[in-house]
Amino acid sequence: MADVEERRDAYRGFEPVGGSRLVDGLRVYRLIAWMWIRSTMAYRASFAMTVFGNFAGTALDFATILLMFSRVDELGGYTLGEVAFLYGLSSTAFGLAELMLGSTDRLGQRVRDGTLDTLLVRPAPVLAQVAADRFALRRLGRITQGLLVLGYAFVVLDISWTPLKALLMPVMVVSGAAIFAAVFVAGAAFQFVAQDASQVQNSFTFGGTTLLQYPPTVFAKDLVRGVTFVLPLAFVNWVPALYVLDLPYPLDLPEWVAFLPPLVAAVCCALSGFAWRAGLRSYRSTGS
Amino acid sequence: MGTWRLYAAVAVSGFRRYATYRVATAAGVFTNTVFGLILAYTYIALWDERPGLGGYDQSQAVTYVWLGQGLLAAVAVLGGGFEEEMVERIRTGDIAIDLYRPVDLQMWWLAAEAGRAGFQLVGRGVVPMAFGGLVFHLALPADVGTWLAFLVAVVLGVLVSFAIRYIVALLAFWFMDGTGVQQLAVLAGIFFSGMTLPLNVFPGALGELARALPWSALIQAPADILLGERTGLGLLRTYVFQAAWAVGLLAVGRLVQSAATRRVVVQGG
Repeated sequence: MADVEERRDAYRGFEPVGGSRLVDGLRVYRLIAWMWIRSTMAYRASFAMTVFGNFAGTALDFATILLMFSRVDELGGYTLGEVAFLYGLSSTAFGLAELMLGSTDRLGQRVRDGTLDTLLVRPAPVLAQVAADRFALRRLGRITQGLLVLGYAFVVLDISWTPLKALLMPVMVVSGAAIFAAVFVAGAAFQFVAQDASQVQNSFTFGGTTLLQYPPTVFAKDLVRGVTFVLPLAFVNWVPALYVLDLPYPLDLPEWVAFLPPLVAAVCCALSGFAWRAGLRSYRSTGS
Repeated sequence: MGTWRLYAAVAVSGFRRYATYRVATAAGVFTNTVFGLILAYTYIALWDERPGLGGYDQSQAVTYVWLGQGLLAAVAVLGGGFEEEMVERIRTGDIAIDLYRPVDLQMWWLAAEAGRAGFQLVGRGVVPMAFGGLVFHLALPADVGTWLAFLVAVVLGVLVSFAIRYIVALLAFWFMDGTGVQQLAVLAGIFFSGMTLPLNVFPGALGELARALPWSALIQAPADILLGERTGLGLLRTYVFQAAWAVGLLAVGRLVQSAATRRVVVQGG
C-alpha cells in the first residue's frame, strides 16, 4: 500500500490552480460546513432542542457564579457586574472559536480509526476538512449566552467610555476568538502524537475559558504569569477588559499592553499553524 | 451461586476494559487537575469573603473541590458510562440479544458499571487528590474508619447514579433519538450533584430542594462524610437517604424495563 505522503502527492495535481491555500481552505470549509448545516436542518425540532441544550448547559456556569454572589458581594475584589463582563467576553470569544474549530477534538478518534486517511487523499486542505467536519450550529447557544451576560454587564456597570475603549471591544472579541482558535489547532496537532488524549485539548480550551470567567486576582500570581507570558490566554479578556474597566492588572504591566491582543493572536495562530503542519507531517497511517 | 460468579466476571471485565485506555485515563486525570486548580482558587476567594460558608472552613471547601474532581468519573456525573452503549444497542436492536440471555438485564449492566466505577475511582481519583494535597492544605481525616464510611457512601452514590442513567437509557425505547433527554439528565446531574458548588452553599429553598434530590447522593453525601460533617446518627441518616434513592430508582428502572421490553419486536430473518 502506498505511503500516505505519496497518495497525497498523487492528488496534488487536482488542487485548484491559482487560489492560495488560505482561500482554498476557506472555500472547502464553507462547503463542508454548509453541508452539515443542511443535514442538521432536516430535523428542525431536534436542532432547536440542541441549541437550547447548548444554551442551558453553558448558562449553568453563570448560574454557579450567580449562586456564589447570592452569598457574597465581591469575589476577589470584583463585583458581579465586573465578573459578568469578564465572563461575557471570555464566553463569546470562546464560543466563536468553538463554533469554527470545535470539531478538531475528534482528530485523535480519526487517527485511531483510520478515517483521517480519507481526508488526506482528498484534494483539499486537511485542517479545513477536520475543522468543518460535523459543523455544529448548535454552538450558537454558547455565543448567545455569552452575549446576553455581556449585555447584562453593560447595563449594570458604569463604564466611562472613550472612543478607544469602544474600539477595543470588538477587537478584543475577534482577537480572543483567534487566540482560542490557535489553542484548538495546537490541541489538534498534539493529538497526532497522543491519539487518545482529547481531554488534554479540552483542559486548555474549556479550562481556559472557565479560568478567564473569574477575576485574575482570584488566582495565584504564578498561574496569572503563566497565562500571561507562556500561554497568553490573558489577552483574550483579562488584560484588555481591565483597561476598559479602569482596574489594575495584578502583574505590573504598562497600560499599552491592553492593545496587544491582535498581535498576540497573530503570533499564536502562526505558532499553532507550525505545530499543525509538524503534526500532520509526523502522521503515519494505521494502514488499515 | 453461578449467577453471582458471572456478574463478578462482568464487573472484572468492566474494570479491565477501562484499564486498557491508559492515555485517555492520564488525559482525564490532567483535565480533573486543571479544573480542580481553577475551582480551588475560586472557592478560596469565596471563603475569604465569607468564612464558614455552608458550614465549611476554607480547607474543607478546598478539599471538597478535589474530592469532587476525584469522584466525578466514578459516579459519572458527566455521563459516559454504560448508557451510550445501551442506547446504541436499543437503536440497532441488539438489545433483543441481551434480553434473550439467561441473565438479568439491569444486573448485567450494573455489574459492568461497577467495574468501570471501581477503575475510575482509582485511576482518576488518586492523582488529582494527591496533587491537591501538594498544592493546598486539605482537611483529610487520619482515621481509617472515616475513609471506610466514605467508601460505603461512594458505592451507594455509584448505585444511585447507575439507577438514574438506567432509566434515562431505557427512554430510548420510546424516543428514537434520546440525546435530548440524556443531555437534560447530564445538566441536572452537574448542577444538583454539587459538582460546581457544594449544595450546602445553595441559598434557601433551592438549597433544600438540591439536597433532597437523588443527585446529592453522588458527590455531596460522600464528601460530607469524608469532611467529618456526618457522624453517628447523621452518618446513618445519610446512608438511609442514599440507599432509599438507590432502591427506589432501581425499582422504577425495573418497571420501565418491563414496560420497554414489551415493546420489543424481534424481526426474524
